[in-house]
Formats: sequence, C-alpha cells, structure tokens
Amino acid sequence: MTTTESRPVPAVVAPPQTPTRTTQSSRPITGALVRVARPLRRLLPAVPVAVALLVWYLLTAHHVVAWVRFDKIPSPADVASSLWVELKSGIFYGHVLASLRRILAGFTLAGVCGVVIGIAVGRSRVAAALIRPLLEVARPIPAIALVPIAILLFPTSEQGIVFITFFAAFFPVTVAVIHAMKAMPTVWADAARTLGASGRDVLWHVVLPGAMPAIFSGLSVSMGVAWICVISAEMISGQFGVGYWTWMSYSLLDYPGVVTGMLTIGVLGFGTAWLVERIGRRVNHWLPGEAAR
Amino acid sequence: MTAAPVCGQSGARVKLRHMRVDYGDGPTAHVDLDVAPGEVVVLLGPSGCGKSTILRALAGLLPIAAGQAEVDGMPIRKPGPQCAMVFQEDALLPWRSARRNVEFALSMSGVRRGERRTTALELLRQVGLEGFADHLPGRLSGGMRQRVQLARTLAAKPRVMLMDEPFGALDAQTRADMQRLLISVWEQHRMTVVFVTHDVDEALLIADRIVLLTPRPATIIRIVEVDNPRNPSARFEAEFVGRRNEILATLSEG
Repeated sequence: MTTTESRPVPAVVAPPQTPTRTTQSSRPITGALVRVARPLRRLLPAVPVAVALLVWYLLTAHHVVAWVRFDKIPSPADVASSLWVELKSGIFYGHVLASLRRILAGFTLAGVCGVVIGIAVGRSRVAAALIRPLLEVARPIPAIALVPIAILLFPTSEQGIVFITFFAAFFPVTVAVIHAMKAMPTVWADAARTLGASGRDVLWHVVLPGAMPAIFSGLSVSMGVAWICVISAEMISGQFGVGYWTWMSYSLLDYPGVVTGMLTIGVLGFGTAWLVERIGRRVNHWLPGEAAR
Repeated sequence: MTAAPVCGQSGARVKLRHMRVDYGDGPTAHVDLDVAPGEVVVLLGPSGCGKSTILRALAGLLPIAAGQAEVDGMPIRKPGPQCAMVFQEDALLPWRSARRNVEFALSMSGVRRGERRTTALELLRQVGLEGFADHLPGRLSGGMRQRVQLARTLAAKPRVMLMDEPFGALDAQTRADMQRLLISVWEQHRMTVVFVTHDVDEALLIADRIVLLTPRPATIIRIVEVDNPRNPSARFEAEFVGRRNEILATLSEG
C-alpha cells in the first residue's frame, strides 16, 4: 500500500524507458516514510543533524578519552560563539570570497576546457591520438602533488591555486564527455545532416545539447574535487581563503576556529554542488527521469 | 520565400547507375534503378538484406563504392535537404519539443526566425498533431513521434523523401493510419518517395513500383508495377491477394 504507486499516469503514454522510482529493495522504506505525516516528513533531514550535534556535545562536554581523545575538541557552544564572532567580522567574508573566486575561476576554466577537449577526443581520431596519451598520464597525478610545480610556475600563489583547482576539476568533465560522444545515438546527427545541417550545426545543435547530461554529471564530480583541491592548496600556499584560515586557526591554537572553518567549507561545498545540480536539472529537463519530478 | 509549407517544386528524378555500396568486408548492395519524379518506389526484401544501406547511400550518409547515384542529374556526395530521411528509430532530438524539432529543420533550410513558428505549427497540423506542439518526444507515443518526424522532414522541403522502415515499430492500427497519412501528404507535395520495408502489404498499399531485393548483397530480383496504385479498396480485391502471394513466392526463391 504505497501511495507512490497511485500517482496519476499522464494521458499521453510515457516512454518505456522511464525508470520506476520504487525499486524492490527501497519499497518497504519508502512505504514507511510515506506513512509518516507530511509535516513530520519535512523535518526528517533535521533528525540526523540534531543527533550528530547531541553526540558531539556529549563527547566534548564529558571530555571523553577512549583511545580517541575529545578533551581538546571544541564543544558545539564554543564553535557557535566563534562562528558568531566571525560572522560579524569582515575578514571572514573576505576569506570566503577568496575561496569562492578561486573555485569559480578554476571550475569554469575546467568546465569549458573539459567540454571542448572531451568533444574533440571523443569525435576525432586524430585529436584522440594527439591528446589521449597526455590525458592518461596526467590523470592519475593528484592535483595537490602539483603544488611545488605551481609555486615554481606561477608568479603569484593565487594563480597557482586556481591552476591546481583547474587541474583537478578538468578530468571528471573531460572523461564524462569523451564517453558521452561514444554513447550518443548516431541517428541524431544523421537525421540533422539529411536535413541540411553542416558539421558546425551538428556540433552546436546536436552534439552539445546531447552531451549535457554527461557534462553535468562530470561537473558535479568536478565541483567536489575542486573544493578538496582549493582548500588543500590554500592550506599549503595560500595567503587568504577558507583553507588558509582554517590552517591558521590551528597554528594559533584556535580550535573552535578550525571547526568553524570546516563547517564553512562544508556549507560552501554543499551550496555550490546544489547550484550545479539545480542548473543541470533545468538544462536536462527532457531526461525521462526528470519528467516524473 | 513564402511561409506556406507546401513544396514549390515537385519530386526529383533519382538514378542509381550500377551503384555498389560496401560495408565491412564486402558489397552489401549493388543496384541499378531509375525512379521517375514524384514516383513512390518501395524497396522490399528480407530483414538485413541491405535495403537500408541503399537508402543511406542515397542520403549521402554512406560512401558509394562504385557506380553512381544521381538526383536530377547531380551526383550525391554529401547529405543535404534534397534527400531528407525519415528513420525507423527515434531520430527526433529528445530535448526539443515537437514544434522545436520542426523548427530545427526549418532553420537548417534557411527559413527566417520569425517565420519558423507559424510554419512549424502548420506542418504539425498537417500531420494531425495540433495541440501537441509543446510536447517533448519522450511524452509522445511511437506513432506521434513518427508524425513529428514526417513533419520535420517535410520542413526541409525535400524533393526526394527517403523512408527507412518508418512504421516498422508501430502497431497494426497506427501503422495503417500512418500509411494513409503518408499517402495524403504525398498527394499534396508530390515529392519522389523511396521507401524501405519488409512488409509486403505495406508495399502494395503505397507503391507505384515495388523493387524486390535478394538477401545480402542486395540486388534487384524483379520490379513489380502496381496497377491502380494507392486505391483504398484494392486491399479487398482478389488481384491484391494474387500479387501478394506472387511477391512472397519471388522473395522466397531469391
């Protein structure tokens, strides 16, 4: 007796490939969730957060030392007051903006280059022969291992950090786009060409929109990796930014500051990932899975 | 250029001169055929015999290995709107609504932006899809999607319309509707139609001439002229049944 099954079917027949939202394994769980009254269901996401806060409070308030030591870990109250102080100071926003600017620059650059190079490698044998070997060698290198080279290469650490972020975010998009080129139905391009489309028209009106689902799944992976790298790079070589600030707080024995920094990173990462997801859904509204939403 | 979607020109003459198309390890088709302007020719043969290969070569999507294919005396070298094609599978762009799919074809054939919308709506009305203009292909039934494909192909004002088993995936009722629709569209536009199918009844219902093909490599066994073509009551006449059995017998020998 799940209400999900009684969703009205649209008058026009939906395509057969529409995935069913309730799979065998998740059915009892969804059933249970659906039975919970609607307003309560809205509050469900708050439960794990509240539990985590409570556990954190209990562990730190009682200075628990059981192999792992919570005696020096700041309590939720310490962090809250540290956060409050920071939110009122201008410096904090400066750090946040610095990190966001680096993410935006590196991520945008990676997105554009990833799409262009991915399409070229996926569609042209010559491009694949010329670019693929370099890609495959560079791909396993953790971006953070480039810090020394970035310091040597770029006049300012700002540019180095953006470069490292770019390097990390570049590969997920590129690889996703290369695979999308192979998986795309050839009939789309064939049909366009018999209607008089030029190679450029096919690229612009068929290949690019057809690759958008892959581009966005690559971008959401990239966004995660970009944050990891921007924060790590800031910790090592930055003079500004949330990563730098978190590390500075640690050096100054300001442990509540460290946790405030971590939470800030979490919120920023969550927000940017949500944004990418949101834009992706809008762009790819035609996908069968999106129609059901 | 007028906003009216009706073809200014009628169909083109199509000549296949000992055209051979290779695919993989050897020839898949080798045919010599002359199609008159405005004629409906059906290529009929067993599944996988290489009839689609002939069509794709005509569309310029496959290279011609030997011989020549001409549309109105001009050899075919690359794909273009002179020979637009209706495919069996979903060849619509799934991110564009029915109207925007038709508009895409219009923009490719150089119709100005301001005229595309009304022309597209008129074409969709012609194929019986009034009111479905803003539906995405994924929200339309198989028959409706093929109607959109037909409208989109008409938008390119093709002088030759190539159709690759366009109704093969539809149920019997929808298929009969689509055959009637095709005939009425053809009567308005009078373009040349080269139609591929493995369905003998379909061939007899729409063709002026039926080209019977051998299995791979596809060569012509025989060309059957249909007297009194596209006669709606023909289906129930004894002659139709006789023709049908004759064709089936020829195909099973070939």
